Amino acid sequence: MSLPFVIIAIVTLFAAAAAMSLRNLVHCALSLVVALAGLAALYLTLDAQFVGFAQILVYVGAVAILIVFAVLLTRSDATPNQTILSPGWGIGIVVSAVVFATLGWATLNSTGLSKETPPAPIATVKNIGDLLMTQYVLPLEVIGLLLTAAMIGAVIIAMKEEPFSNPSRSRGNEAHLSTKLEPPHVGSYGSDKEGGRS
Amino acid sequence: MFEALDQIFVTLKHEAVGFSPDAWRPFVSALISISFIPLVFATLFAFVTVFERKGIGRIQNRYGPNRVGIPLTKIRLCGFGQFIPDGIKSLTKEDVVPYAADQVVHFLAPVVLLIPVLLAYAVLPVGRNMTAADFDAGLLFFFAVGGAVELSVFMAGWSSHNKYSLLGAMRAIAQMISYEIPLILSAVTVIMIVGSLKLADIVAAQNQYTHGLAHWFVFTPWGLAGFILFFIASLAESNRSPFDLPEAESEIIAGYFTEYSGFKFALFFLGEYLGMFAISGLGITLFLGGWTAPFSFLTWVPSYLWFFAKLIALVFTFIWIRATLPRLRMDQLMNFAWKFMLPLALVNIVATGLWHFMGAGSLRWVVCSALIFGSYAILGWGLMQNQKLGKRTYRYAE
Repeated sequence: MSLPFVIIAIVTLFAAAAAMSLRNLVHCALSLVVALAGLAALYLTLDAQFVGFAQILVYVGAVAILIVFAVLLTRSDATPNQTILSPGWGIGIVVSAVVFATLGWATLNSTGLSKETPPAPIATVKNIGDLLMTQYVLPLEVIGLLLTAAMIGAVIIAMKEEPFSNPSRSRGNEAHLSTKLEPPHVGSYGSDKEGGRS
Repeated sequence: MFEALDQIFVTLKHEAVGFSPDAWRPFVSALISISFIPLVFATLFAFVTVFERKGIGRIQNRYGPNRVGIPLTKIRLCGFGQFIPDGIKSLTKEDVVPYAADQVVHFLAPVVLLIPVLLAYAVLPVGRNMTAADFDAGLLFFFAVGGAVELSVFMAGWSSHNKYSLLGAMRAIAQMISYEIPLILSAVTVIMIVGSLKLADIVAAQNQYTHGLAHWFVFTPWGLAGFILFFIASLAESNRSPFDLPEAESEIIAGYFTEYSGFKFALFFLGEYLGMFAISGLGITLFLGGWTAPFSFLTWVPSYLWFFAKLIALVFTFIWIRATLPRLRMDQLMNFAWKFMLPLALVNIVATGLWHFMGAGSLRWVVCSALIFGSYAILGWGLMQNQKLGKRTYRYAE
């Protein structure tokens, strides 16, 4: 165990524990970001540049923002006043200890550990790119198609203007709008075209 | 001799590393490379703050700062000493933290802003052989650390417990996420042509000359479209006018850093400008040939001078745009990113693919230009139809 590994591991574990136990949800989300960045640093110490940077790009850049945004939009920032531990915490510890023990036992007894560790593969960005374009080209294409379709779909949903600029629906609202909200000669946009406002 | 002048900093660094004991060499080498980044770019920041105020002053028909020169002398330097009293002022001002603020997060936000911004400089080639850390996945690194900036903006806005701060943070994050997509998609075109994520390779691919003119990517149809998209998106990413909604003074005071004062405010200011330089530097590397000269007879000029000349030219364009264009509205901002820039960036990727596979010749110029400008015209026309802009009418006082 090298010194960088120890430092990164301590920071990551500490941040993960904080993410579970802090009271304020935004604080939890921010500690989770530290834990994810710690994981990225671990990948970098293992010479996996591409995976490390992708981890930062995806988790710190996108997922963390998503979590924080969701917390912000759905919760008031008053901290809940029930205790952090649920009543059945004792049983929870027993169950998790049993699960961990089973997994550990299975891992230690599996044949995977007894094998020789293979020599470290040379995983440069170029190699990853070559593999993605040859061996794994089909999954890559499928994911690419899916994401592009999702993005274009999002744009098309957003393309629709506000409901009352839609001619079929705005017919009824037109008179109402033009008298209530928009005196005929106010503002710089003429509403002479069919379809109402702006 | 010009060769030596070009490599003078690299040679000096080697000399300096040579003095240290063997075991320390990698450490000393890294330390020297790193320490020059804040030094050079903070000096540039000091220069640009005055340059911007003077530039905007000129455009708005006033003088701008023109008094302060070298302290304790009569030399005025056209006011370019202004940053010294500015710095002293921000250092000596009281640091006010609101009572309701989240103390820890409020304190950490400016620090978290500055770290990724400074990290981004690690991969920028500012001259021949002058990159602090030339990663294989340099471009990916740049975008990865750029993502952390949004987090610090959120931390600042949320921890201040102020409605303006929170509104500013929400606006900033929405804007940054929206414009990051065209930013990255326009950079993808360069990766497709060069076939490498390493910034040194990208510059090397542009370091060729035909008829004395450099092979900069901006001189190709897809490169021009990509550069314009990249430039607009980088304006939005660095929160510069006309995309300065997150800190719109007339609407939400100063947005996410309303509650920051003294040196923390200066840190936000510094972070914002350093981010602007970094993203301009990336634009230069991707599309404007990095440190290469535009004409082959100018290759004797040291490479770092080219880089910084281009950087200052680009920053001047930022300032020019700030002084010229009014601020957008929030819905206009979002519509522009998602309905105009995103489709164009996708079309540009297709055009780049065509360019790559059609081989040399004049046909690919015609096809790619037609594809890009055709889709630009159709998209622009379609969106203008949607606006339903009628004839402008005026009302005068009776």
